[in-house]
Amino acid sequence: MPGLGPLWLSVKLGLISTAILILLGTPLAFWLSRTRSHAKTFIEAMVALPIVLPPTVLGFYLLILLGPNGLVGSYWVKLTESSLTFSFGGLVLASILYSMPFVIQPLQNAFESIGRGFVEAAETLGARPLDIFFTIILPLSTRGFLTAAIMGFAHTLGEFGVVLMVGGNIPGQTRVISIAIYDHVEALEYAQAHVLSGLLLAFSFTCMFALYFINGRLRHEN
Amino acid sequence: MKTDAGHVTAALSRPDFTLDVDIKVPSHGVTGIFGASGCGKTTLLRCIAGLERDARGSVGFNGQLWQDSENFVPPWQRPVGFVFQDARLFPHMTVARNLNYGRRRSAPSPELSSPEQIIDMLGIGHLLDRKPAQLSGGEQQRASIARALLRYPALVLMDEPLANLDAGRKQEIMPFLDRLHANLQVPMLYVSHSLDEMTRLCDHLVVMQSGRVLGQGRLHDMLMRTDLPTLGGGEASTVLDVRVLDYDPHYQLSRLQFAGGEVVVPGRHGDHCCPLRLRIMASDVSLCRERPQSSSILNILPAVVESRRAESGGHVLVQLRVGEAKLMARVTLKSAEALNLTQGQSLFAQIKGVAVKNSAEQVAIDNANAEA
Repeated sequence: MPGLGPLWLSVKLGLISTAILILLGTPLAFWLSRTRSHAKTFIEAMVALPIVLPPTVLGFYLLILLGPNGLVGSYWVKLTESSLTFSFGGLVLASILYSMPFVIQPLQNAFESIGRGFVEAAETLGARPLDIFFTIILPLSTRGFLTAAIMGFAHTLGEFGVVLMVGGNIPGQTRVISIAIYDHVEALEYAQAHVLSGLLLAFSFTCMFALYFINGRLRHEN
Repeated sequence: MKTDAGHVTAALSRPDFTLDVDIKVPSHGVTGIFGASGCGKTTLLRCIAGLERDARGSVGFNGQLWQDSENFVPPWQRPVGFVFQDARLFPHMTVARNLNYGRRRSAPSPELSSPEQIIDMLGIGHLLDRKPAQLSGGEQQRASIARALLRYPALVLMDEPLANLDAGRKQEIMPFLDRLHANLQVPMLYVSHSLDEMTRLCDHLVVMQSGRVLGQGRLHDMLMRTDLPTLGGGEASTVLDVRVLDYDPHYQLSRLQFAGGEVVVPGRHGDHCCPLRLRIMASDVSLCRERPQSSSILNILPAVVESRRAESGGHVLVQLRVGEAKLMARVTLKSAEALNLTQGQSLFAQIKGVAVKNSAEQVAIDNANAEA
């Protein structure tokens, strides 16, 4: 029986990265849905990059950037006297970048589908922009948030290449479930690989099933 | 820059469109804004509400400046109630929460009706717990009107509120608009391209074309003008405010009183609070020097010629005074010469057809006369 540590580590990583992504991604996605700025296309392309880029490429650049001599990593070392690479903090940062499109895009689609009509109605009823965001835009984007959260979480759970590049394989620190499975297969411990793979499969299916089920229910309600 | 009381001014220029409007808005009553599609009626309302942000120009109301080259009062600080063509009720809230949305964000005004009165006036008390998706189109629009009124606006703006409804739904909502018209304490601008709606609801009329005002004034006066091409195809008509006197169940005729006397119309009318309006087309009025002794026409009124004006096509438009009221008649040039029409001449006007505007149905009086 393999230790379930890697599974819990993956879940913890997924929850933290998704929470941060939703918090930071909501304003960005809202801006993208409303702006007429020329920078929009540039930012959209940047956000979509992790979909097409091999995780090793993303991981390679992150390794350089986050390393003790890297642009970001050196500051982190000064600040905390610990390294970002080969640490849980570095994994969270990498996961945020890696899963970004899967959170931003559903949110942006949800915001875009609301349109100006309800916003104009709310404005003529005396509501200010921030008020409108919380009373009209957010409640009408519930499905978008649900999709964003589940996609972001599930995608982080399945991450392998980026973790391998920036995280290494430190038990309890960076040894997430996908890495653990790879190790077991390398060591020909197929039984352990079976258990962890089966768990990940069941968990991922449950996530997707919940997503489509709740989405269908919400669509029916509206 | 300042604007006078009782005025709405709006000017804006865009590459493809220029709006330059100065409208007198009476302190209460409904001012209709009429014109063909694309004349700028809707843009005008949106400018007044502050929804056209990229518009350069100026907007003022009752001496307050809402927009000029340096200032822009955002829409949420302008005391207007906007009713959109599509009701735009928030789909995730019940009708009650929709109504409260504007009310909670506005300073209540003691002069205006209470929420209960407004809900009652629009007949939506039984719909408060429902979601917008469970309402018919007419019910949605009534709720959206109530929501705009509960903002306690200083000016109500309605942008073709009936345009998305089919004929049946329009009939259903009209009595509520009549009640609103009778009870509204603030001015209202009502945009439409339906002259029928205008005749029924408005007290004042502004005719627009290509972003400019062609003419404005009291509805009664405006409808008598023939120099405004967009008004009813240039055909003059008279609007009479009437009161129902009684109904004769045997002949099924209603007797109505107006400033110049009485008329009868088929059918039963006016079982409610609001005064009725009759619209009489000038071409439905004929003239005779003596009172016809035997005629199928029921409405024959003594009249005095005030003025006459030649129209194209061999017609003459005659303005008549009937008691305190005015009436327009359109006769052929030949008849006008045969009658020798001169100013101050007394004669009799026969009214062939009347549109009773409170039930919005065309009533031809001579049809009923044949039965009588």
